[in-house]
Amino acid sequence: MIQKEWMSVISIDEIAASIFEVVLEGDMPERIQAPGQFVHVKTSPHVAPLLRRPVSISEHWPKERRMALVFRAEGEGTSRMAAWRAGDEVDVLGPLGNGFDTSDMAEGEKALIVGGGVGVPPLLGLAKQLVIQGVQIQTVLGFADASSAFFQERFSSLGDCFVSTIDGSIGDTGFVTDVIDRRNLSYDAIFACGPLPMLRALDSSYATTKGKLSLEERMGCGIGACFACVCHTTDDPDGTGYRKVCSDGPVFPWGEVVLS
Amino acid sequence: MKLHVSLPGLEMKNPVMPASGCFGFGKEFAQLYDLNNLGAIAIKATTEEARFGNETPRVAETEAGMLNAIGLQNPGLKGVTEQELPWLQQLDTPVLANVAGTKMEDYEAVAAGLSESGMAAALELNISCPNVKEGGITFGTDPKLAAELTKRVKHVSDVPVYVKLSPNVTDITEIARAVEQAGADGLSLINTLSGMKIDPRTRKPLLANEIGGLSGPAIKPVAIRMVYQVRQVTDLPIIGMGGIMGMEDVLEFMMAGADAVAVGTANISNPFACPEIIQELTDWANAEPAADWAGWKQGGVKA
Repeated sequence: MIQKEWMSVISIDEIAASIFEVVLEGDMPERIQAPGQFVHVKTSPHVAPLLRRPVSISEHWPKERRMALVFRAEGEGTSRMAAWRAGDEVDVLGPLGNGFDTSDMAEGEKALIVGGGVGVPPLLGLAKQLVIQGVQIQTVLGFADASSAFFQERFSSLGDCFVSTIDGSIGDTGFVTDVIDRRNLSYDAIFACGPLPMLRALDSSYATTKGKLSLEERMGCGIGACFACVCHTTDDPDGTGYRKVCSDGPVFPWGEVVLS
Repeated sequence: MKLHVSLPGLEMKNPVMPASGCFGFGKEFAQLYDLNNLGAIAIKATTEEARFGNETPRVAETEAGMLNAIGLQNPGLKGVTEQELPWLQQLDTPVLANVAGTKMEDYEAVAAGLSESGMAAALELNISCPNVKEGGITFGTDPKLAAELTKRVKHVSDVPVYVKLSPNVTDITEIARAVEQAGADGLSLINTLSGMKIDPRTRKPLLANEIGGLSGPAIKPVAIRMVYQVRQVTDLPIIGMGGIMGMEDVLEFMMAGADAVAVGTANISNPFACPEIIQELTDWANAEPAADWAGWKQGGVKA
């Protein structure tokens, strides 16, 4: 059930260059159904900025009525969010979208989790869920450089975690796919969230029947009504078939939607 | 004061409806609140054939507004009459069905189909969408074409026809008069203002379609001025819209000459915008038991 709630900011930390983790408290965490769901945040109580900003939920703790969001402060809206302080009350719509369904993963199976940049956060909740299910996880995280890297320690506590950076300032030099190839990683299912070129590379050569990808798109309403964030489907790439990223996704099976 | 408003084809419990294109076909919002609260529902435009619309990005934020270029994505006449309209019939809220096309024949076919379905209380002729390559806005900027299209759609429709006017014209009253003479039962205005935004870092337009329609609070003064001007030249019912975010905006449109209003972009930033505005209006009306809408309509504007 989607709700609009004024939530309390419990803490806010800059965990990497311009990357912020904020913990919010309220009723919403109890309604989160799966990792990979997101919230739509009004960054100002005033008219402008007018549109909400879609933000990933990285973790949630229903009993404590808390959830964590991670975002990159880049434009006007997210810069306002970066100025939030503990005790602030903020306007949040959610939980939205369909998260990662891991019900087809069996105990002892191996999952490869691949995240790129600000696509990493929703994968943390996913990794925790998979570990609870008894799934073995390996993680590959890709960042631009050392200053923008985050969450390596948290993923390392759940399984093997490899990092790649484009400039080689930490981890392997190159892209996440270079890590997978070089280390010859094997897996039963692959789960990913990150920039489109990364998802395209994974979709063409590494995809599995099990496992899912999560998309990012500029959104309007966030609830599936405005048709701002649609994508084509692979079975009808030039036709009228579509999926809405906000309400049909943002998580999709590999090969279902056109990654353009 | 009573909030009830009676317009051709639309018996409204209150003067507030969501605007076409900002509310889908209602199902998403029905998860959030009871759609029976609404005065009416203007559903997303229907074209004869299904359309995917434009590529993404389709929306961009602007100063107190937003640009959109969705491109009339919809499941087509068959999809709308078979999958969308039947579900809306369970509501005690009239449906204003928006009709779009590229040629006059398209509009006629869609209007006839929606009218025959018996599930639309009235039609809204979309001659003002700035986001499709052909048709649409062409009909909304030429008084002769607008009148001809109105006449032809009126001929095939058994339900009242409202014509949605474009603000992208030099003199909106000229179009208003033309469609009135052609038999329109009412007017709705304004559609979005044609606009564009460029990212100076990438040197590229933010919208894949490059140009889109500007909506939201940024355009409200333009909308108020146009409703005010159109009210001077016609007695037709007017559904006013453009940047309504709260009750005071509704009153402003009523004073300018609107009989009812449509809330568009506010639904995007706050999906509870319509019921919140209706609640504000109800509280206000209860505090003003002697007032009535007639007194607010343009007579309320003091020179």
